[in-house]
Amino acid sequence: MQPLARFIAINLIQIAFLLAFAPLLEGVLARLEEIIQGKHGPSIFQPYYDLWKLFGKDEIVSRESTWIFRFAPIVHFAMPIFVVMLIPALTDYPLFLAFAGDMIAVGFLFSASGFFVALAAMDTGNVYGPIGASRTRMVGFLAEPVYMVAFFALSFVANSTIPYTVNASWALSWASMLQPAHLLVFVAFLLLVLADEKRLPVDNPGGKAETAMIGHSNNLEYSGTGAALMKWGSAMKFMAVLIVFLNVILTPWGLAATPHWGDVLMAIPKVLGKMLIFLIVLAVIETTLAKLRLFRISEFLASAFVICIFAMGVRLVGVG
Amino acid sequence: MDTAIALNGFIAALFVLFSLGVIVQRQMLSTLYLFMLHAVALTASAIVLGFALGSVHLFWVAAITFTTKVIAVPLVLRYSAGSEIYERREVDQVLTIPTSVLIAAVLALIAWIVAQPLVQAITDRPFAAMNLPTGLIAVFFGAFTVAVRREAVAQLMGILVMESGAFFASIAIVNELSIIAEVAAAVDVPIAALVIGLLIRSIHHVTGMTRVGLLAELKERR
Repeated sequence: MQPLARFIAINLIQIAFLLAFAPLLEGVLARLEEIIQGKHGPSIFQPYYDLWKLFGKDEIVSRESTWIFRFAPIVHFAMPIFVVMLIPALTDYPLFLAFAGDMIAVGFLFSASGFFVALAAMDTGNVYGPIGASRTRMVGFLAEPVYMVAFFALSFVANSTIPYTVNASWALSWASMLQPAHLLVFVAFLLLVLADEKRLPVDNPGGKAETAMIGHSNNLEYSGTGAALMKWGSAMKFMAVLIVFLNVILTPWGLAATPHWGDVLMAIPKVLGKMLIFLIVLAVIETTLAKLRLFRISEFLASAFVICIFAMGVRLVGVG
Repeated sequence: MDTAIALNGFIAALFVLFSLGVIVQRQMLSTLYLFMLHAVALTASAIVLGFALGSVHLFWVAAITFTTKVIAVPLVLRYSAGSEIYERREVDQVLTIPTSVLIAAVLALIAWIVAQPLVQAITDRPFAAMNLPTGLIAVFFGAFTVAVRREAVAQLMGILVMESGAFFASIAIVNELSIIAEVAAAVDVPIAALVIGLLIRSIHHVTGMTRVGLLAELKERR
């Protein structure tokens, strides 16, 4: 097979990987948290059943809503698929679209989906939608500068913001893994993942009270196919962020080094294994921490910002 | 040697993170835990430097730091100011936490810049390039904690962070200090904790609180 055709095929495998396993991650995380809390919990395949059920149901759309309400689930569903073509999901060498966009482009794609979801939440006139949307924007505008500084810190270390290059620069040796800047960027990015994915301590994903929700009240008005696309899109966004976090920043190993089919397919269980370990850590974090009060979120993200500044400073003065 | 330098850099990053935690953390008990982790990072750095430089003195520094700061200080504080640490939740701050972390970032940059001429002057010490600025950052952070917290126990943590920072910088520069000097310096720490702890206890006994930042106002009211 031609190299280009093979790269496109591997890209399609990455998209299939994202589509197929994203609901599983949510199911495993929910089950792990229930186990830690001493409950039995639903099956790890529950998100798949939910999606199946939602796709089979009728969709009800408010008469007051506009085209944005119907357009937002499609954007929300499509953006993670674009993102996974830019990042090293299964391979550690650049694929077909790798140089079409860097990590800042990944941020832009996610913000575009966040923008439409927030608009759609306000579109229907549901009282809780605008509350959730404005809170999501608040967390978003606090998190975005931190993302920017984190990417700058990464580009200082790797001389690039292309995720494949960053991954390769960490994977070089143990000494580069132990760099102070690496540790600091990792800690800051962990805080960002928690804030951006609306996990505890920023937002309670299992919460049922609409007045306390931040990100989860955005899709209250959706039903049927729209709800399924929103749910699946959120699961895929979570998985894409985890891929950036694990494959690019924290553990740049276990990816396919050659374009052979065997190598690429063997990378799937390895990446899933890394994700399982991270989900266990996340479940422990989520069960031990309480939710922060809304105006304490700025403190949480200010700490992440300053840690990123440290990472940049330690590179700039040339000691790390 | 390169591995030791890399490992020491990693520990130094943890050291700065835990110092930042002492500034950022609102809860008294978490502040104490972060201070203990901070001392553990100092111990680890001393062990790494001890192996890399083949210096027995640094192992003594590690042992003394661990016993005084990780074991003795929490015990002494539990005895002298237990109710203040284990029953209170939140610590008052003069500035809001986002402001104080931003100031902390500026302090860290100042420390890096100020340390540069010194680092260039002592190029024969391989670990000084990392430890000297890091120790200076911890000294600045400790001083800042003392300034910004209104709470006597948290201010004590700030003083101890300053002391740890000075140790962190000095182990990379002077690694052949005689043990008696190190013991003398280290014994001061639990004694300082005990004295301040007893002071906190008597302040608490008289005024019913330990928010020393508010005590100035009491005087003016008369």
